[in-house]
Amino acid sequence: MTTSGAGAPSLLSLRGVTHRFGAVGALHDASLHVRPGTVHALLGENGAGKTTLMRVAFGLLTPDQGSILVRDKPTAIASPAAALALGIGMVHQHFTLVPAMTVAENVALGGRGVFRPQQAAERVGEVATRAGLTLDPLAIVNTLSVGAQQRCEIVKALARDVSLLILDEPTAVLAPAEAADLLQWLRTFASDGHAVVLITHKLRDALSIADDVTVLRRGRTVLAARAGDTTQDDLRRAMVGTEDNSVRLVGGDIGKRAESTTRTDTERAAAKRATEERTASERSDVERTDAERTSAVRADPERADAERTAAERTDVERTDVKPSDAERDVLRTNDVYYTDARGAERVRGVTLGVRRAELVGIAAVEGGGQHELLRLLAGRLMPQRGTILAPARLGFVPEDRHRDALMLDAPVDENVALRGAGARHGRIPWATVRHDTEQIIAARDVRTDGPSAIVRTLSGGNQQKLVLGRELANTPDALIVENPSRGLDFQATAAVHSALREARDGGAAVLMYSSDLDEVLLLADRVLVMFNGTLTEVPRDRDAIGRAMLGAL
Amino acid sequence: MSMHAKVKSAVTALLPVLVFAGGAVLVLVMLLLLTGHSPGPALAALARGAAGSGYALSSTIVRSIPLALSGLAVALAFRAGLLNIGAEGQLLVGACAATAVGVALRATPGVIAIPVMLAAGAIAGAGWAWIAAALRKRYGVLEVISTIMLNFVAINITGWLVRGPLQEPTRINPQSASLPLSQQLPIVIPTTRIHVGAVVAVALALGLWWWLRATASGFRLRAVGANPLAAASAGKIDVSRTAMVAFLISGALAGLAGSVELTGVTYALYENFSPGYGYTAIAVALLARLNPLGVLATALLFGALEAGAGAMQRDAAVPSVVVSVVEAALILMLVAADRWQSRAGQRLATSL
Repeated sequence: MTTSGAGAPSLLSLRGVTHRFGAVGALHDASLHVRPGTVHALLGENGAGKTTLMRVAFGLLTPDQGSILVRDKPTAIASPAAALALGIGMVHQHFTLVPAMTVAENVALGGRGVFRPQQAAERVGEVATRAGLTLDPLAIVNTLSVGAQQRCEIVKALARDVSLLILDEPTAVLAPAEAADLLQWLRTFASDGHAVVLITHKLRDALSIADDVTVLRRGRTVLAARAGDTTQDDLRRAMVGTEDNSVRLVGGDIGKRAESTTRTDTERAAAKRATEERTASERSDVERTDAERTSAVRADPERADAERTAAERTDVERTDVKPSDAERDVLRTNDVYYTDARGAERVRGVTLGVRRAELVGIAAVEGGGQHELLRLLAGRLMPQRGTILAPARLGFVPEDRHRDALMLDAPVDENVALRGAGARHGRIPWATVRHDTEQIIAARDVRTDGPSAIVRTLSGGNQQKLVLGRELANTPDALIVENPSRGLDFQATAAVHSALREARDGGAAVLMYSSDLDEVLLLADRVLVMFNGTLTEVPRDRDAIGRAMLGAL
Repeated sequence: MSMHAKVKSAVTALLPVLVFAGGAVLVLVMLLLLTGHSPGPALAALARGAAGSGYALSSTIVRSIPLALSGLAVALAFRAGLLNIGAEGQLLVGACAATAVGVALRATPGVIAIPVMLAAGAIAGAGWAWIAAALRKRYGVLEVISTIMLNFVAINITGWLVRGPLQEPTRINPQSASLPLSQQLPIVIPTTRIHVGAVVAVALALGLWWWLRATASGFRLRAVGANPLAAASAGKIDVSRTAMVAFLISGALAGLAGSVELTGVTYALYENFSPGYGYTAIAVALLARLNPLGVLATALLFGALEAGAGAMQRDAAVPSVVVSVVEAALILMLVAADRWQSRAGQRLATSL
């Protein structure tokens, strides 16, 4: 463990912070030193305590122990108002905007005195311009893109003259181009003597823009260093740890295996891919004794790809024997059009086929119509024109699991029972549901106290594993997933990825949209790009895809 | 569920009721001290009036019957995510409908007349709730607003009926004619005033509890209340249909409370037929954590308070409105406790 900056001047310094609240996300002796003029990446897996620590800094939580120093003066931060008065602002992962109000009104909220629309708008315009952010002060928030809403959140903080801006997973909701812009902007903001704390688990983001890096694991600061003095491997090892339970069970060769995997892989997405393969294999070791499966997952990704394609080919040949060609497509749309309630045409003449045992990835920037297309296929929306073929046994994993997939205050087993509840009659066989739930928990490694645990108490990764497990429980013929790993840490992401591969290898037609291009390239057998309501097949080439996503084909 | 777990869950369900009962006593003592009454005799009178004798117990139970039925109505609606504040109005139209049917069926034997009157009350209550449900479905009118407004409409309709079409034959008093003996609910325990409505309330509480727990349709109702978007997307549940059904059942229960009160206790319809049962029902339901079985317990608590209030006024000269203050304080305590709980829940969730 290294500690840096203990003596250097700091804008914000948290020392020995302990907060015992729940088993996950608690803090034990966590510390953080943010130097003025820097971007500071705060890394850690989900549940490591990143957000908890920053909630302490923003006055949302009072630590049981530890001290807070702002500009080297010991301070108590009792509330967000106090934090703002000290120049500390926070942009939460889930935005805190009033959708029906304008940008200016949202910024003015929480202020004092008389609200004058004109002045408020001018002030917001001024703050935004000064900061170099494009934002219309008079736009109603619910008409804004996610990126613009985030800029609104940032302007909200800037309007209070903050000098330290904390952002919780800001790039998770953004398209790649928007994310790049944001990171660039954060750099500029920090260089003016301000500082930024960037909560993230994207190592690439962290290393590309951060000056300093702090890694939390299980509520402890396990690494604090200058970004230049550390590598992705160091960070990854610090985040995942070597004493992690799931790893210890495997034996002593993890580090070695990780290194060798990394060395042999020299592709562009090398590091990320390796991690996923590695964690996937660790998980399999824990979970399964099935030697074949383990070796397949553990194999060199390059070779695994080749094997998979071969398997797929034989598969296609086998289905070719079938009398009808059309039967090969499990999921199919034919010249489908969809216009939403506001009258915007979101899907324009899309024709698409996904065969069994095929994983098709859609890449797109926000607003390309991909959400509507997935919902049309999943039977959640009806097209105005065109035909859709989808099997009855279909799983759907929406990107916003809190809103569209889970009852957060209900127990795990009731959330499992939710699937298909619309068509059920008579009594619900709770004993069977409970049994199924236990199987899902075991099969997907959902960390929970059991079927009766309230879903809200599960971490995001475990909630997602639960949703996936539920949707895959009856081995569906087709699976539609949307940003399946959004907001998840390494291990959960790897678990989600292996579940998707498993579904595909088991014969399901899988259609995935992800705003993370790396994820699409990593998983998809074929890549389609959706832009402005139309779908195009694009070769698996990063630049080609990137161009197509922006409509420049 | 093991025996131990059952006992434990029963204790956790009852604990809030006990805590709030304790809180109620505390508030009452403070009020008595403030108003210059000595708490000892007053509390003793309250206790005597609520449970001091067979007669006291029976009046506690009788008072808790309409609270239990309308409390079930509110609990069911709230479980479905519908803020039905209109139990009062639904109860009143239920009583009005039962009175009208009773007048029409004066010559019919009670075995037939009573069930028809009770059913008429339930149907009228459901119909009254349907207005709010339809307004919500068609025009997006918030049911909190529409149900409250419909309460006032129902109160005024009742006032007009007892001075007009349903007024007693002598046309002197603003009330309906007393129900003939044949149309009065049978007493279940001789020498007390406890009528069949008590059995109906217990049976309905058990039935609703089982329905919500065990059946697919009950689960759909809860799912729609828990997260309508997920219910529609992940469960493919017809949310607006489920909400409509829940609203109608809720209205029917409140309407039934009105017809049961009419045929079991008052035997006549008059202007102030309900001393706010439909509003107290909200507190009953919330205090019961929207659990149908809990509603029975909390309805008894409020029934005891109201029965005891009468005795306190008679024996200790403490105005019975003091109990209304206690009831209001209970609701405030409850809201504060809920707020505290949900904050704790939020903190837990966001710190993960």
